Amino acid sequence: MAAVHPVIAPEARADAVLDVRDLSIDFATPRGPVHALREVNLTVPRGSVVGVVGESGSGKTTLISAAMRLLPDNAELRGGAVLFEGEDVLRMSPQALRNLRGQRISMVFQDPMTALNPVLSIGQQMVDIQYRDRGLGRAAKKRKAAELLRRVGIPDPMQRLGNYPHEFSGGMRQRIAIAMALLGNPELLIADEPTTALDVTMEAQIIHLLRELQQDYQSSILFISHNLGLIAELCDYVVILYAGTVVEQGTVRDVFHRPQHPYTEALLVCDPALLQDVTRELPTIPGDVPDLVNLPRGCIFAERCPRVFERCRAEDPATRWVSAGHAARCHLASPLERS
Amino acid sequence: MLIYALQRIGLAMLICVVAMTVLFSIAYVIPGDPASITLGPRATPEMREALRERMGLDQPLPIQLVNFFGNVLTGDLGVDVWSKRPVTTIVFDALPYTLALAAAGLGWAILLGIPLGCYSAIRRNTLIDKLTGVISVGAISVPSFVVAIYGILIFAVGLRWLPALGAGAEGDLLDQLWHLILPAFAIGLGWVGYLARLVRASMLEVMSENHVRTARAFGLPERMIVFRYALRIAVLPTVTLLGIAYGGLLSNAVFVEFVFNRPGIGQLAVAAVNTRNYPVMMGATLTTVFLFAICTMIADLIVALLDPRVRASL
Ligand SMILES: Nc1ncnc2c1ncn2[C@@H]1O[C@H](COP(=O)(O)OP(=O)(O)OP(=O)(O)O)[C@@H](O)[C@H]1O
Ligand code: SF4
Ligand SMILES: [Mg+2]
Repeated sequence: MAAVHPVIAPEARADAVLDVRDLSIDFATPRGPVHALREVNLTVPRGSVVGVVGESGSGKTTLISAAMRLLPDNAELRGGAVLFEGEDVLRMSPQALRNLRGQRISMVFQDPMTALNPVLSIGQQMVDIQYRDRGLGRAAKKRKAAELLRRVGIPDPMQRLGNYPHEFSGGMRQRIAIAMALLGNPELLIADEPTTALDVTMEAQIIHLLRELQQDYQSSILFISHNLGLIAELCDYVVILYAGTVVEQGTVRDVFHRPQHPYTEALLVCDPALLQDVTRELPTIPGDVPDLVNLPRGCIFAERCPRVFERCRAEDPATRWVSAGHAARCHLASPLERS
Repeated sequence: MLIYALQRIGLAMLICVVAMTVLFSIAYVIPGDPASITLGPRATPEMREALRERMGLDQPLPIQLVNFFGNVLTGDLGVDVWSKRPVTTIVFDALPYTLALAAAGLGWAILLGIPLGCYSAIRRNTLIDKLTGVISVGAISVPSFVVAIYGILIFAVGLRWLPALGAGAEGDLLDQLWHLILPAFAIGLGWVGYLARLVRASMLEVMSENHVRTARAFGLPERMIVFRYALRIAVLPTVTLLGIAYGGLLSNAVFVEFVFNRPGIGQLAVAAVNTRNYPVMMGATLTTVFLFAICTMIADLIVALLDPRVRASL
């Protein structure tokens, strides 16, 4: 069961910035362990943008927290590895980990209203992030911070360094968070639903900005969203997460045009104009998400699957390749001829 | 900010006015006539009448109240029944001792309470944390006069490290500080416990906030996260408490000043009660209330200065 499923494409995996292998994570709770992630495999090829889609509670935040080893205290690693440039983040020394964070991997968090320290000016916070750079004086660090603020579209950046987070709007704060993430010139930028707290116009602007920055800085991005339209617009690859497992992944083109998993189909079928409509949120599918404490036998999606048949309830499907770089975890998925 | 400061000062004044009115009413409502209580059973009616007149007790009630307010506002708290010295002078002579005692008590509380609480929060659920918890709760529940008595027994009588009684020689600052250590500890110990618990709780809360996770995600050193990013926020509720604590220490000083035989407002009040020295009693109580109002006001203003969010909302 725990076989390594090569994902995206084996050749891409060799040159991956981030390579998550068979990652399983539980949370200890009074009810018993919550199996939040089970055998998750995913790869972020160098210079690409990978999107992760999933309902609330599907494990998106757990996944990216594991990538930076920022898991809550009650999280327990059940197995697997998170390889960043070939090194396992989950087994690094604290020192190596600190040198990774903010330097080689940076994170933009879900809620810009609470992600910044409320009692320190943003200038101070941006100077602190550069604490490793002993050769650089405070004034130079401030200039660098202001430079990045200007790059993400904050007017008067030098003056605004003295301002506190509450003196900026939500969109501005998210821009600041992005500027902070870029300070270390990271190889990988992780963004956890960076636009959920923002209105539609602001969202489009932030996405536009991320795309531009990705091209400028040649970094890779792992992008998490509820919003399929955004994923379609921003990403090269997409990973569909359901109740802690990857049910389908591949290039955006393959997955969105030829979905192989009934869950992906259900997400897409609700709105044919989906790929054009940037504002769309994840549609609701009838039925309940399985309890992550007592997992059902067989396929995790069986309870809600319109195509469920006997075998599904008895046997958990393996991840199957439907074409190069396109995999789905369903008994019905079969290799597909490209026309 | 200026408006807030003015509001806060206004509120403090209102508290004082209410307190004065209450005090005045209590004095009026309690049975017995202050003049006859003061003079004792062997006074002649003429003596009583004379004193009543001097104290203004023969006037109608509203006039008495107005006089009372007027006198307090002009700094006139009446005259000591026995020594005939102005109460204001007596109170102001005793006040520095009590202020110093309360400040030193608070010093102990801050010096021990904040680091203990902070350390407990960082090392949550370790043996040290649990031990600190037990000791804190113990410290909160032991009354300060008990600490005072045992403090004297252990450090003054037993070990002979510290002096037992008095406030130190007049004009000798070092000696006075020396005499302050033990009483201040006795008065501050309970607040050490309170502060440790409060700082621990608010530190735990702050450490689980999103912005701390952000700081971690940028690989900031743990030291910087604790002291610059978390503790600064975690002590804000503490500052408010410290204002109240200081006021509380002033009134708590009664027992400790008595046990250590130190001059001060508490000692003054006890003596005044024993000798039925009504104006001195009133003066000591009023001064304590005023100080309390001023302390909480100052604490609120400090919080506003420290927290940019509060500053902005003003
Ligand atoms: N600290 C925790 N303790 C116990 N359970 C947790 C903890 N953190 C997350 N979980 C559970 O793990 C599962 C995955 O949570 P996660 O936060 O990763 O979901 P998500 O996909 O990010 O959801 P959202 O879209 O709401 O942010 C959920 O069922 C959640 O209840
Ligand atoms: S395995 Fe069965 S239940 Fe699961 S998704 Fe495929 S068809 Fe549906
Ligand atoms: Mg999340």
